Amino acid sequence: MATLEIRDLHVTVEADNATKEILKGVDLTVKQGETHAIMGPNGSGKSTLAYSLAGHPKYTITSGTVLLDGEDVLEMSVDERARAGLFLAMQYPVEVPGVSVSNFLRTSATAVRGEAPKLRTWVKEVREAMERLNMDPSFAERNVNEGFSGGEKKRHEILQLELLKPKVAILDETDSGLDVDALRIVSEGVNRVRETGEVGTLLITHYTRILRYIKPDHVHVFADGRIAESGGPELADKLENEGYEAYVKGGASA
Amino acid sequence: MAEAQNSPVGSTTAGAIAVAAESTVATRMSAPPSFAVTDFPVPHGREEEWRFTPLERLRGLHDGTAVATGEGVKVDVEAPEGVTVELVGREDARLGRAGTPVDRVAAQAYSAFEQAGVVTVPKETVLTEPIRIAVHGEGGVAFGHQVIELGAFAEAVVVIDHTGDAVLAANVDYLLGDGAKLTVVSVQDWDDKAVHVAQHNALIGRDASFKSVVVTFGGDVVRLHPRVTYAGPGGEAELLGVYFTDAGQHQEHRLLVDHNTPHCKSNVVYKGALQGDDAHAVWIGDVLIEAKAEGTDTYEMNRNLVLTDGARVDSVPNLEIETGEIVGAGHASATGRFDDEQLFYLMARGIPEHDARRLVVRGFFAELVQQIGVPDIEERLIARIEEELEASVA
Repeated sequence: MATLEIRDLHVTVEADNATKEILKGVDLTVKQGETHAIMGPNGSGKSTLAYSLAGHPKYTITSGTVLLDGEDVLEMSVDERARAGLFLAMQYPVEVPGVSVSNFLRTSATAVRGEAPKLRTWVKEVREAMERLNMDPSFAERNVNEGFSGGEKKRHEILQLELLKPKVAILDETDSGLDVDALRIVSEGVNRVRETGEVGTLLITHYTRILRYIKPDHVHVFADGRIAESGGPELADKLENEGYEAYVKGGASA
Repeated sequence: MAEAQNSPVGSTTAGAIAVAAESTVATRMSAPPSFAVTDFPVPHGREEEWRFTPLERLRGLHDGTAVATGEGVKVDVEAPEGVTVELVGREDARLGRAGTPVDRVAAQAYSAFEQAGVVTVPKETVLTEPIRIAVHGEGGVAFGHQVIELGAFAEAVVVIDHTGDAVLAANVDYLLGDGAKLTVVSVQDWDDKAVHVAQHNALIGRDASFKSVVVTFGGDVVRLHPRVTYAGPGGEAELLGVYFTDAGQHQEHRLLVDHNTPHCKSNVVYKGALQGDDAHAVWIGDVLIEAKAEGTDTYEMNRNLVLTDGARVDSVPNLEIETGEIVGAGHASATGRFDDEQLFYLMARGIPEHDARRLVVRGFFAELVQQIGVPDIEERLIARIEEELEASVA
């Protein structure tokens, strides 16, 4: 069973000629089939956790370990992490001029699966996945994220999630900027992947709204670069009612 | 009627649409067109037409110090049956008919060549195989003149292939009879030290179509000046260009389409990728719609993809309109970077860095390459783009 183990993770970032510690000892274990919601106020380090796990060069790991099925993730390059089964759905997906969605998806699937998918089944697979996400077929001919609306970008991220079938999916504020309809479509996509039981999901969000569609097994409150409290789904209800104030103050005084 | 789109992202991208009583395209040049080199002052580098060019790297082509040597370039012409291939003297009436040199180096080339090549496709002759002109640099200095003439309703593909090392200044004339169809592919696949400055003049007959494909990879300095004028209504010009500018290279493409005749079309698409320190690409796209050129339909576009830091693009489209009675006129220029965030995004989907770069560059050029319509050139071009990318990763 696939397991992502994060132990005492410390991460710094260079900003304004100074080194700033963003993650201050994160401990978290995500197992296949589980869904963990990570909730926290702005600036608490949620996205840093997501990008550090994916290997973004902006972040420096100063200590700690991240293991995926016992393999050292931090030793891997960005593409190796993806091929090992990590997937990051980005909050702000990047435009890639000159590369069509269909070409991108096929290149990516070829890399992750280790061989080129058979063309006939692949075309069908993509078409069906797009239909489920209410995406027009013409979408495949557009350049990656170029001119996409916010909702289209997020649907495109979830399309990749469905096609690449990772072991661990990190969804970084996938709900931000979506209207209710788009949120529902995107959440249904995530749930289809979850229902396979094959993926561990790390759902990073500022809002509790998405948790009405995607039910987490565990909820963690992130504050000041570490997990401040963990609990079951009831913790999300508490946050819904009380907000993050208690954690922000706690973080500030710590 | 006229539309402009400018989305500069890179180093400099400027554009202008002018509605002028007097052509600024003409007045921007430091001297009127002439066949005599003495009619042009030696450029000092601040002139509009020279301001992007590193004169000190032209090896004297601009100031008269470059002198033709015995081993300049070797020219081999391979032509299918029915085509006439000649070497002619300076007095031949066909020389210089398609256009007049517009700068000092072109005039220098015209003043200094000894014999000109003339390739003639007789009227109504439709070639099924390309005419191939191999220009191989033998390490010396050369001045050249080449004429390619198609009679009425003739059809031909011409591939001019520049390889080796040379300092070459040349004029190439394309004369298209009424209803003729000419595709010319000019490949600049020079060795690293070559310097190549050339003016291409196309005179397009009534209802004739001209397609120019300029492919520039090699050389230290390549400065090409493709120019189009129309001899009668109904003419069409399609000017396509692909360049891949590496560290230290200067590749400059300056185009002029002079809509001097009613009911003609032009479409200009140039795309370039740059990588490495001091890679410098310059694209100047001048389109002039003269007062009498009613019914003109024109569009020009330049796109640049900057792959690494340290490269520079200057892209300047100019559209000058003297009549409102046209079908359409537009231009676009944009320079984009392939940046670390794009690389991260693609790699985060499992795609290795090398493949990610290749994906982006291939995608960038693909559509344009498909428009060339000469299969072996398309294949070679894709292979060369791959090679350039291999070199950059190594």
